[in-house]
Amino acid sequence: MEHVLIIGNGISGITLARHIRKLSDKQITVVSSETDYFFSRTALMYVYMGHMKFEHTQPYENWFWKKNRIDLVKGYVQKVHTSDKKVELSNGAFITYDKLVIATGSKPNKFGWPGQDLKGVQGLYSKQDLDNLEKYAPNKKQCKRAVIVGGGLIGIEMAEMLRSREIPVTFLVRETSFWNGVLPAGESQMINEHIAEHHIDLRLNTNLKEILADENGQAKAVVTDKGDTIPCSLVGLTAGVTPNIDFLKDSKIEIGRGVKVNRFLETNISDVYAIGDCAEQHEAIGNRRPIEAVWYTGRMMGETLAQTICGNPMEYRPGHWFNSAKFLDIEYQTYGWVFSERNKKDHEEHFHWRHPKENICITVAYHKDTKKFLGINTFGIRMRHIMFDRWLTEERDIDYVMQHLKDANFDPEFYSHYEEQIILKYNSVMHTSLSVKKKSWKRIFSKA
Amino acid sequence: MKAIKNIGLVIFLVGLATFTVLPIIGTYRLDQNTFEEIIKDKNIKSDVFIQSINQNVIGKEFNGMLNLSPAITTALEDANTQHRKNKEYKKVIYTSGHDMAALVGKKSGTGFITENKGLMWFFTFGLGIIGALMFILPNIILLGKKGIKNDGIYHQSATNRGWIAWMVFIFLVSFYLVLYFRPEYAVNWTFLVDPISESLSGNPAGHWFVYGFMYCVVMTVMAVRMYIKYRHNVYQMVRTTSVLFFQIVFAFLIPEIMVRLQMPYYDFKNAFPLDYDFFFQWNLKSLLNSGGIGLFILVWGIVLTLVIVPVMVYFFGKRWYCSWVCGCGGLAETLGDPYRQHSSKSLFSWKVERWLIHGVLLFALIMTGMTLYSFFAESGTVLGIKTQSVQNAYSLLIGAIFAGVIGTGFYPIFGNRVWCRFGCPLAAYLGFVQRFKSRFRITTNGGQCISCGNCSTYCEQGIDVRAYAQKGENIIRSSCVGCGICSAVCPRGVLKLENGPEKGRINPTEVLLGNDVDLMQLVNKK
Repeated sequence: MEHVLIIGNGISGITLARHIRKLSDKQITVVSSETDYFFSRTALMYVYMGHMKFEHTQPYENWFWKKNRIDLVKGYVQKVHTSDKKVELSNGAFITYDKLVIATGSKPNKFGWPGQDLKGVQGLYSKQDLDNLEKYAPNKKQCKRAVIVGGGLIGIEMAEMLRSREIPVTFLVRETSFWNGVLPAGESQMINEHIAEHHIDLRLNTNLKEILADENGQAKAVVTDKGDTIPCSLVGLTAGVTPNIDFLKDSKIEIGRGVKVNRFLETNISDVYAIGDCAEQHEAIGNRRPIEAVWYTGRMMGETLAQTICGNPMEYRPGHWFNSAKFLDIEYQTYGWVFSERNKKDHEEHFHWRHPKENICITVAYHKDTKKFLGINTFGIRMRHIMFDRWLTEERDIDYVMQHLKDANFDPEFYSHYEEQIILKYNSVMHTSLSVKKKSWKRIFSKA
Repeated sequence: MKAIKNIGLVIFLVGLATFTVLPIIGTYRLDQNTFEEIIKDKNIKSDVFIQSINQNVIGKEFNGMLNLSPAITTALEDANTQHRKNKEYKKVIYTSGHDMAALVGKKSGTGFITENKGLMWFFTFGLGIIGALMFILPNIILLGKKGIKNDGIYHQSATNRGWIAWMVFIFLVSFYLVLYFRPEYAVNWTFLVDPISESLSGNPAGHWFVYGFMYCVVMTVMAVRMYIKYRHNVYQMVRTTSVLFFQIVFAFLIPEIMVRLQMPYYDFKNAFPLDYDFFFQWNLKSLLNSGGIGLFILVWGIVLTLVIVPVMVYFFGKRWYCSWVCGCGGLAETLGDPYRQHSSKSLFSWKVERWLIHGVLLFALIMTGMTLYSFFAESGTVLGIKTQSVQNAYSLLIGAIFAGVIGTGFYPIFGNRVWCRFGCPLAAYLGFVQRFKSRFRITTNGGQCISCGNCSTYCEQGIDVRAYAQKGENIIRSSCVGCGICSAVCPRGVLKLENGPEKGRINPTEVLLGNDVDLMQLVNKK
């Protein structure tokens, strides 16, 4: 019986294991040094905030693994011997394999800041990070202030977490406006305002220079490039993540920033694969980045590779881009591509609508010549994934999308609808006279 | 703001403490005339009992029900024992000792409480309401911007099965035990609401009136809490208003007013088999003897269960009843909301749930079958089993212990829908319709789920919502009451309660949306 060894029990590795089990009778082993059982990393914040207990983040009950014959090994792989087809654990044990999958995820970026390894300086990625946060920032008495460095999705989540315990937060963001490398200006501005509403001390255009230590080797203050010294007990480093692949440095597996893979998620060594955050495509797929540290892509790679490993070779073709996040109270969804002013191509134009009072807005990207619909960002409005996926496949134009926006609305029942207001503005900006079509179940369920 | 909250808490606790000591204080003095009335009303033929009461109770002052109750119950039991021994069955008193004590207590209560009903109402209900509102209202400001407000739920004793939760548990269980099994201790509570009862039905309040009134008060106050907590979510606001309306108007006011109009007491929204004694002989007889309105109720009750309920479930799912109309659901969604996270999501509980709830449905149906057979065949037994004892068993085990003591008493420990999930026979019936023939579903939004588990954690019915959502499957479960909280707490906009065509409602997928289209087709074809 073929033995598939998976390093890493995150969403990629576990999705892969589950799908291999569905498709075959292979022996499956998952090694992880982080936790005994798979948990949802995205939910760590809710444990700290008291919305959940850690056990709630585990999607499968503990008996699941034995019942599905997925062997779990708690251990840290320190070396991979591809020529002998075995891996070496830090306790000296060896595990042999027929097929090896590297799904070790990421680790928080550290850019060589002085003091970056002090106590009370951490990212927010692993279970250990959560434990450390409980240790260094359990309440506002013990943690008088926290400084978060890096204005991305994890940074704002960490700010929200700390605020839930009323810990004062200073948020250092390199950009001139929050996440404006990704978000168009209008949206980025709305988030800036919302961050202020939550009493977070947002400092734009500010970089970390140094973290100062107290006599116990714990962070006591940060120094910014503006010359400010901010006393604090905790420093959150959330300036992105980097593949967690140091243990492969001496192996024969080709690595760049991540583990280099082709479209079949194969590395340069046969029977060795990489998926999830740690995989780096030789060539980026479409507008995607070569390394995608996103929950969904990790899951999709797991689903795809299971097919390949079970004798149905399949390229990783992730389809239309989508993603979502939550900025404090504001939900964000995106379908297709909407680029920020900084990264936008010449042909990309935006239509932007923002609610006069509420934190609700949308931005629709389209091709300025053909009017082809390119993508949508929504804040405070939920949208139906299946509709945008279909419209992108069908290459609809923006007029069509605007007229059929009601089909795509996914807000709970009785919520106010804004399609009319949106199209009113659209008509005035675009000099059209479109009207919104009534929601149609027939269209929603019709197959493309 | 925090100070207001704390003062409110103290005021509330004073009200609660007053309410809690009431059962054991107060004075009772039974006079000859009142006792004669009771003898006449209850048609008491036991000379032994009458003599014993005359000797030991009449004219004496009893301090607290703890002293009065034993005097009555012992007298009654001793009398019955003697009559049974002498085979004087006509003299046996069939009213239970505790009901008799409650009756005597109600008629013989005297002193401060009975003379100051309004004041005492204020010191219990009044302070409770004012204190609770002072505790709740500052949240409009303290909770900050609209959004999900679950911070700290698992850090607080009250909502994380800590000592406060256990105190609430003990209080609620004791309260229900008194209501169902020791009504004489509720006598002082009935005095507080006498004026209200008299203005509605014209009669003094019994302990079930206290319960009904308190139910409405608790739901109203806790609905205010719901409005504040979920003020960003219109579905929750509308739904809360609906359950509150049906409780106050249909379950509380209309039946009381009907009594005033000499009509049968009836809650028009309470459908069989939740309303398990609808077909009991005494009820059928009372309806048949009440002329037009009685007949209307009889037809309405049958049509409600056989036509209205299933047709509505077809169009809207069982939520139209369970979380929009039902009183049990109404309490669960207001008083019970802080405890919704305690329902167990394990596969084991799901198995227990299916055995139990369908077992209760079967029990209810068999009992009703026996009841109807007995009614029409005019026989007290079916196949040698006494119908009355089956009815009594159901009333005790299901009606009182399961629905009341466990159903509500266990809120702080096992979550707010214990009865609805494990016991309610109507929920089981609606569940069949919802599962197999309905337009309702919770749609999963393509591949957007991040498996965070908020939905499962806050599902009061113990459904592992995430297990479906992370596979891209719609949630079609017989137990779902459509409270909408999973959709509310989802941080990624993955879940939507909706009614749509039956086609495409159940969508088993192996690979989620967002992936390459060929792969989707390949796996879904197999």
